[in-house]
Amino acid sequence: METLTIQLQAPQPARGRRAMAIVGVVGSGDLEVLAERVLAAEECHLEISTAIAGFGPVWQAVARDFVERRSPGGVRFSINDGGARPDIVAIRLAQAARLIEEDQPCT
Amino acid sequence: MAEWQQNRARRDRRIEAGIKLAEGKIVAAGDATRLLEAVIQPGDRVCLEGDNQKQADLLSAALLAADPARLNTLHMVQSGVVLPAHLDLFERGIAKRLDYAYSGPQSARIAAMLFGGKIELGAVHTYLELFARYFIDLTPHVALIAAVSADRDGNLYTGPNTEDTPTVVEATAFKDGIVIAQVGEIVDHVPRVDIPGDRVHFVVDAGRPFFVEPLFTRDPALITETQILTAMLAIKGIYAPYGVRRLNHGIGFSTAAIELLLPTFGERLGLKGKIATHFALNPHPALIPAIEAGWVEQIHSFGSEVGMDGYIRARPDIYFTGSDGSLRSNRAFSQVAGLYACDMFIGSTLQIDLAGNSSTVTTSRVAGFGGAPNMGSDARGRRHPSEPWLKAGADADPVSPAPLRRGRKLVVQIGETFGEKNAPQFVERLDAIELADRLKLDLAPVMIYGDDVTHIVTEEGIANLLLCRSPAEREQAIRGVAGYTDVGLARDRKAVEGLRARGVICRPEDLGIDPLDADRSLLAARSIKDLVHWSGGLYDPPSRFRNW
Repeated sequence: METLTIQLQAPQPARGRRAMAIVGVVGSGDLEVLAERVLAAEECHLEISTAIAGFGPVWQAVARDFVERRSPGGVRFSINDGGARPDIVAIRLAQAARLIEEDQPCT
Repeated sequence: MAEWQQNRARRDRRIEAGIKLAEGKIVAAGDATRLLEAVIQPGDRVCLEGDNQKQADLLSAALLAADPARLNTLHMVQSGVVLPAHLDLFERGIAKRLDYAYSGPQSARIAAMLFGGKIELGAVHTYLELFARYFIDLTPHVALIAAVSADRDGNLYTGPNTEDTPTVVEATAFKDGIVIAQVGEIVDHVPRVDIPGDRVHFVVDAGRPFFVEPLFTRDPALITETQILTAMLAIKGIYAPYGVRRLNHGIGFSTAAIELLLPTFGERLGLKGKIATHFALNPHPALIPAIEAGWVEQIHSFGSEVGMDGYIRARPDIYFTGSDGSLRSNRAFSQVAGLYACDMFIGSTLQIDLAGNSSTVTTSRVAGFGGAPNMGSDARGRRHPSEPWLKAGADADPVSPAPLRRGRKLVVQIGETFGEKNAPQFVERLDAIELADRLKLDLAPVMIYGDDVTHIVTEEGIANLLLCRSPAEREQAIRGVAGYTDVGLARDRKAVEGLRARGVICRPEDLGIDPLDADRSLLAARSIKDLVHWSGGLYDPPSRFRNW
């Protein structure tokens, strides 16, 4: 198990008021993403536990594009990677950002 | 004086040798090996019928049991190297030389045997090429074929899986060759005559059906969100603007997703009747919802598909059926239809290089070609116009006067940027080139040449290669949809943005598609069971696809 931490600056804080959101499932080829609104508004962190070593540069690129496109400032994403491919990672991150940006607070 | 009837005389001697084991034309299964030893001569060209679906499995086992001292150095000319016995023949020395088309299930072992020199390879063909050579320079001396039933005169019923049989028999029987059929049963009257008895010399009563592989069944439960996204992009970004009505689909999950999105996503876009109405296609279970929803007018098939027979019988307006009511498939005709009468091929591959060449070969696997290169190529002999063909031609060449401008077939590669085990779909250099080096082949086994590919669809977007005006543009267009692969990461970002501005690259948002809408709830059927429901219980999936 390799752990990667990627810290990026987000131009805009995440919209909405939810404190946290979870998407995805832990399973082969998929992944679980936990999003928590716990950082300063201009920060975005991704903490990744991955079973596959050597994908650091790919994760960096996926994270960079994600933060550039959705700017989820103030949110920390914890990712439990089941060996998922980058396309699934990108979809799950976007889903987590969309969910935490919903208006109603998480119950 | 010249002898003009030597082949006929040789054929008569072979029949005479075999007839001692037969009652009329009928030979018991237990005598099959002795029959083959009597009829086949060392060095003969032998077609052992089998493709990606049906197999003359009893006759392959019978040939394998032959005495290599009597039967050896055969030249196998067959569509499929699929059963372990097909390669065991080479291990035993019964066969020596091979010309074939498809080797999917044996791809690892055939590669090892080619490296080890156990097989003297003629060439790896497409189905149509091999069929063509049956009539020119690879005519079989003996054909070993498979049918459902036979009568005592040798009339054969091949049932829904007719496939290659008429082609093989035509080439063999009319050039003084011997045709031996294995059948599931001997009957008084066959339900329909697929092969007339005067082309069949011996019939072996196998007492059981021949083997068929359900190769075209894709379980909707396994379709991913990314595949759904690529399917949405293809429908909205290619099918709709070109108005593609006549087409062929590959067997991958992305095209299965397209089939399952027609009655949902396609319906919402108002595309019913405007796209996907006529197919050269096997009876894909995944197309059932689109058929039931009234999208499809007509389908001609290469072969059948396990479990689809009852559904096909009940839908003769859609499928080609015989006087007995069941499907009549024909691989050669359907391949020709795919080549000349379809405006689009869309399918998946394993590797695409910077010029758009694609291959399903990896350094340790040789899967052969099957039919994809026929469908996935521009037919230079085509002369009839159609809207998508003319539009694609105009995309590629906006300058030439329209009456002298060739149209183009749409050849679309669709897939995720990373495949199984995180293997990148985009590569700087195809593994096929290394394989060709190691095997000293004149040609690298390229499935679809880059100059035939018109579009590449990934989750990152669509690259329209018809609009590229130089090899450098083409390379950036491919890099521009290659996602997070090394090929994609090495893109010239400015050049890619320029291509996007010109519409050469289309992102999901350029088509008004939100990747987050790519949800499994969009699939008209989300399981095999859903497909059975859509079919009104007529689809009868094989047990391995049943989990209820």
